[in-house]
Amino acid sequence: MAGTLPPEAPLGTDEFLKGLWRENPVFVQVLGMCPALAVSNSARNALAMGLATLFVLLMSNLVISSLRRFVPREVRIATYILVIATFVTVVDYVIQAISLDLHKALGAFISLIVVNCLILGRAEAFASKHPLGQSALDALGMGVGFTAALFSLGAVREILGNGTLFGLSLFHEGFQPWVVMILPSGGFFTLAGWLLVFNVARERRTRVAATGTAEAAS
Amino acid sequence: MNEAPLWSVFINACLINNFVLAYFLGICPFLGVSSKLATASRMGVAVTFVMVVSSICAYGIHRALIALDAPYLQLISFIAVIASTVQVVEMFIKKVSPALFRSLGIFLPLITTNCAILGVALFQTNKGYGFAQCLVYALGAGAGFSLALMLMAGLREKLELSRVPEVTKGTALSLILAGILSLGFMGFAGLGG
Repeated sequence: MAGTLPPEAPLGTDEFLKGLWRENPVFVQVLGMCPALAVSNSARNALAMGLATLFVLLMSNLVISSLRRFVPREVRIATYILVIATFVTVVDYVIQAISLDLHKALGAFISLIVVNCLILGRAEAFASKHPLGQSALDALGMGVGFTAALFSLGAVREILGNGTLFGLSLFHEGFQPWVVMILPSGGFFTLAGWLLVFNVARERRTRVAATGTAEAAS
Repeated sequence: MNEAPLWSVFINACLINNFVLAYFLGICPFLGVSSKLATASRMGVAVTFVMVVSSICAYGIHRALIALDAPYLQLISFIAVIASTVQVVEMFIKKVSPALFRSLGIFLPLITTNCAILGVALFQTNKGYGFAQCLVYALGAGAGFSLALMLMAGLREKLELSRVPEVTKGTALSLILAGILSLGFMGFAGLGG
């Protein structure tokens, strides 16, 4: 990835990688929570939702970035929303054509991608100020990060709540599923659990860094 | 056409399928504005108002689009209506109460991207509600949203005074609280049918 980039764009990989970990939309920025919680009751739904969001994010970032010189400041939000709504309508019809089951399982939440704050947030904060290539990388990174976060929520909830992953049974007959995990409250608990893991990891890192500098000073 | 009686539509939207705790709609303001009870209740009123207005408009638009045979324009026109309603509410609050305007801050324009409002418009269309049902559904959804927001704000005001482990501070603790609230709301299932 880094090797293929021209030398004048050394930031390219960073635009992509920051969405995966350092600025992960769900776990760090806490954006786009509604779809993250609502459709993550199974790994398959979570993955489909993540990919749909990735597509909308990429396309809207591309369009908004290429239009950035022509959109007047006063009506920019309305313009962004209309661009996003157009691509969401496209995705809605595409999913309906690919799998009716999936469309039924995701329901109105596909249309609700329009109001995913992550997409509008990237349009406003990044795509409206950066050239095409960087915006595309940013969208890809954020989208992949979002998909990964959704998948890690969905997988945990499906394994604990149903004893399966992608519909395949993981445990022997005696496994008693935690039904609460696929119910709405399980979504809150799972996300809270992941955030706790991230908090503990961050705290440990800062503590290590602090002792490191203290030792260096002494 | 859906034949559900009005009271059942209301109870359904407000308690059984509470928009925040069962459908996960409107989580951002739910976590963002729920630190003070007074702000939370005003936010609830603002959201309810936008919900009712946009629900009425959405009903009309849905009818018009069916007549025009252009269902693919539904999403775009819904979002345009919601954005303009929010703009009106924003100007109104700014004129009437600048203090409230400041305390709501960025979350006021963000009502546009509050999924709960678009959710009301979409769900009422999917369920095929008539005009009166739409109105009651929007009121119920707004009441449910305000209820969840105020419950959460009350709990968080109490939590300010108690000592919690350092790592759980912030969003993680709010989410655990929301999970427990959501468990409580599951007890309403079966009410009203």
